[in-house]
Amino acid sequence: MLTVPIEIQILFAGILFLIGLVGLLVRRNMIFMLMSIEIMFNSAGLVFIIAGNHLKQPDGQVMFIFILAVTAVEVAIALALILQVYHHYKTLDSDAINKLKD
Amino acid sequence: MNLFFYIAAVVALISTIMAISGRNAIHSLLYLILSLLAVSVIFYLLDAPFIAALEVIIYAGAIMVLFIFVTMMLNIGVEKRTEKKWLNPRMWIIPSVLTAILLIDFILALKIIHVSPPDNNVILPKQVGISLFSTYLLAVEIAAILLMAGVIGAYHLGSQKKKVTHRFLEKK
Repeated sequence: MLTVPIEIQILFAGILFLIGLVGLLVRRNMIFMLMSIEIMFNSAGLVFIIAGNHLKQPDGQVMFIFILAVTAVEVAIALALILQVYHHYKTLDSDAINKLKD
Repeated sequence: MNLFFYIAAVVALISTIMAISGRNAIHSLLYLILSLLAVSVIFYLLDAPFIAALEVIIYAGAIMVLFIFVTMMLNIGVEKRTEKKWLNPRMWIIPSVLTAILLIDFILALKIIHVSPPDNNVILPKQVGISLFSTYLLAVEIAAILLMAGVIGAYHLGSQKKKVTHRFLEKK
């Protein structure tokens, strides 16, 4: 039986989320940005599991399964988009995609 | 039990930091897989063994393999060009300070709220399944539609289109 206080558990999930946020803000490589989004999704799911464990309800785990489905779709679409961008621009730098500007 | 939680949490945090700050995409992806495995240990400790298995199979197994396929297909090695300019330590300051403020805010909020202690029964995967296909049946159907849209979208975006312009009209 885990006796870590729930505040610590949620704090861990929050720190994980913030690391993902920093990665999304700092990196310009699209693969890394997508990885940061994955980290954030995962920590959001972690909060659901923590809450479900705390309240002893199955709903938290159900929500995690939905998050998993959404993540799978998001990754598939985003990677296909990255492939197209690389095909057109020969780079993964998200600052290079600025044709709409001029 | 608590020791396991703290060990897994520290491993997850360190490997996540390594994942977002690395130069080599493949190394970062492997660190991210390590982070996901550590989180799955935490899921196991939180009495959700089914979710821990799903995390390993789907996240670390399927999604990350997809990432690695694409990274290897594009043949991305170490960063070149523009990102070097972005990766000097100066660029990390403002986002890090902003998120540190968020973190302090979050810690203060956690100190204020009061949470009642949990009960003592464990949720079995059976309950999860029953809940998934009774209470959340509509959401399951919506997720199915979303997955189908994802398949069609990925097929459409991923297909290489044939060139339609004549070779004399091509701009060099």
